[in-house]
Amino acid sequence: MITTDILIIGAGPTGLFTVFEAGLLKLNCHLIDALPQQGGQCSELYPKKPIYDIPAYPEILAGDLTHKLMEQCKQFEPGFTLGERAETIDKQEDGSFIVTTNKGTQHKAPVVAIAGGLGSFEPRKPLLDNITDFEDRGVEYMIKEPEFYRDKKVVIAGGGDSALDWSIFLSDIASSVTLIHRRNEFRGHLDSVEKVQELKNLGKINLITPAEITGINGNGKVENVEVTKKGEEPILVETNHFIPLFGLSPKLGPIANWGLEIEKNAIKVNNALDYQTNIPGIYAIGDVNTYPGKLKLILCGFHEATLMCQSAYQIINPGKRYVLKYTTVAGVNGFDGTRKEAPKAVVKAIQ
Amino acid sequence: MEQDINITIIDREGVKHQIEAPTDMAMNLMEIVRSYELAPEGTIGICGGMAMCASCQCYVLSDTELPEMQDDEEAMLSEAFDVKENSRLGCQIQMTPEMEGLEVELAPES
Repeated sequence: MITTDILIIGAGPTGLFTVFEAGLLKLNCHLIDALPQQGGQCSELYPKKPIYDIPAYPEILAGDLTHKLMEQCKQFEPGFTLGERAETIDKQEDGSFIVTTNKGTQHKAPVVAIAGGLGSFEPRKPLLDNITDFEDRGVEYMIKEPEFYRDKKVVIAGGGDSALDWSIFLSDIASSVTLIHRRNEFRGHLDSVEKVQELKNLGKINLITPAEITGINGNGKVENVEVTKKGEEPILVETNHFIPLFGLSPKLGPIANWGLEIEKNAIKVNNALDYQTNIPGIYAIGDVNTYPGKLKLILCGFHEATLMCQSAYQIINPGKRYVLKYTTVAGVNGFDGTRKEAPKAVVKAIQ
Repeated sequence: MEQDINITIIDREGVKHQIEAPTDMAMNLMEIVRSYELAPEGTIGICGGMAMCASCQCYVLSDTELPEMQDDEEAMLSEAFDVKENSRLGCQIQMTPEMEGLEVELAPES
């Protein structure tokens, strides 16, 4: 069981900044995120795109913002459970919560801060009636362990970087790789596109474009997929695995069943005070919350995180006195023993 | 207002809305839909308008002349679901006075 002071659901900009603000109050944080890396949308959707409304940054790339937030909070040694989705929450008799992920990892904390953005990123599934019957029986939406595909026949569908990159990677491992895309053009790094071209010419990747998967067949597991090329009769391609890589889309997911008040696909909070939800001890900050006048901006998430931490302090340290301190005056005392502080003014006589 | 144009949007429940869309606020069709709350928040414009999610896909029903599709819109639509010949991404259609009379239908949520 992982224990912490504030359990943060979501490792996007708001969640990461919460670590810093909590750290100033000597509160520990642990973050859970469904994605395998920190940064949320900023790193998953648009790491190379600029943001222009972060105060004091006339322009910053979303990926760089993530790195700077990690750098800013690192002395408070946050813990991370990445690549796992927060699934259930159970209130304990002592008022604390136990949050369990889809992989069974348990986390216990007196305060839970949901900074889940638009929700957890889930793979987009092709619209094939029986696809769910074959999930984990030959249909996988994500490649976790490439060795799993050794000497197997693999069909990959998609036209972006992940479809290209995995086709390249698996061409050395699988017995055959077929790449199917609706168009002749792919959207990916030039290197990857050229590499696929080369492997196609060498006969190591079987490329079928412009085409779509129109059916999956098999008895208990995938045996073949039906591929329809534009204007042609469908053909059957024998395969052990069908891997559709059509990107990820965010879904509020299991959080929607935690008994929280939901409005407009977001969690209602008390914005007059501390961004607490209808369940005391559970807060919602950043894009995941809603209140009158809400704006889904990173800078608003930072503000909400800061106020939330002050309120969380009172839950964790009931009745204990505290006043806001300025970092310029008080410095920053890391949990790792480091200390940042403003240089002292020199006091020296001028003769 | 003189900069406003009249357009028709059929929402995902099939309800037809005749609305006035400003053309002087650099708004795109996805943002117009959100400003009138014709689709629930969180189901449209998820990526914020970067042609990266297709949640604002719509079918163009009128023969209004629209800006030509750019590479990123075309690439996104080639990976999206429920795509038809007349599919466009609302976020890539900036409102201009020439679009008076535009009629679109929102594609299903996916």
